[in-house]
Amino acid sequence: MRLQYPTNIKVIQLPCSGRVDILHLLRAFEDGLDGVYVAGCMEGDCHFLTGNLKARRKVEYVKKVLESLGLEPERIEMYNMSSAEGPRFAQVANEFYQRIQELGPSPVPKAQAA
Amino acid sequence: MIIGDTKPLEEILEMIEGRERVLVLGCRGCVTVCNVGGEKEVGILATTLRIARKKAGRPGAVEERTLERQCDPEYIEELADVAGDYDAIVSIACGVGPQFLSERYPDVRVFPGINTTFIGGALEHGVWAERCQSCGNCLVHHFGGLCPIARCSKSLMNGPCGGSASGKCEISPDVDCVWHLIVEKMAKMGRAEELEKVWPTKNWLTSRDGGPRVRIREDLKQ
Repeated sequence: MRLQYPTNIKVIQLPCSGRVDILHLLRAFEDGLDGVYVAGCMEGDCHFLTGNLKARRKVEYVKKVLESLGLEPERIEMYNMSSAEGPRFAQVANEFYQRIQELGPSPVPKAQAA
Repeated sequence: MIIGDTKPLEEILEMIEGRERVLVLGCRGCVTVCNVGGEKEVGILATTLRIARKKAGRPGAVEERTLERQCDPEYIEELADVAGDYDAIVSIACGVGPQFLSERYPDVRVFPGINTTFIGGALEHGVWAERCQSCGNCLVHHFGGLCPIARCSKSLMNGPCGGSASGKCEISPDVDCVWHLIVEKMAKMGRAEELEKVWPTKNWLTSRDGGPRVRIREDLKQ
């Protein structure tokens, strides 16, 4: 398909969105990243039954943490899409990129590259 | 186990305000099991505090450590070489932790990072309920294994009060009337007549009313 999506989105692969941890998400913000989204399978279609539902709850938790830190909770989001939906993956990437562009850079300074 | 609740972030930030080197200290006991003060929660709280500090452009390190327990002096002792390096220790153990730390390291400011709430158990993953009030004189076997001290809002010993309606307590429709449960269970077990026993006024001296409690076991004491 060779679909285009913004090049500054760094994809981190996990065996299941349920593997994502609150700490993974928070560490991204600690390093000064401007936004994070979790792309899980469609709800009801999890190979491990509830992985994507658990991921959503962790994302909701981190939204609350960001709010209490005075950061916009919109900087983190959960999206559901099927692995067969390439165009949707690119569309979500563009959507989220637009959202972060509008929010501007995170007030947390970027970590120095090792 | 002892159940706790995380304190609001604003409260913890206020505690450590102006203190450069901070240690977030967890406990591998009860608070690990109830997901409020173990190694994982130390990581989450320390990371959150670091984000807050970076965002505010304030300097200072927030470090992480978890002790086996914070209610035994030998584990508190593990910090002997490093405690003095910190301007603040945020203990996320039950209330015993910050007290033991303050006693052992009087020159270090120690703050409680959680609120200790009750003695209870897990009803399901993520849900805990109070089951014991440590009154010092356990009588649950007389009441079908249900504790009227911890689970009745009035700690009544002789049957439900007038506030019991449809099995619920008058304080909230979410709270079971434990006396309703006791009567139902005892009847089901064929032991209802045992409830005719009238209990005299409970001696609360074994509870907190007798002042702070100390237990000395002569067979164990060194």
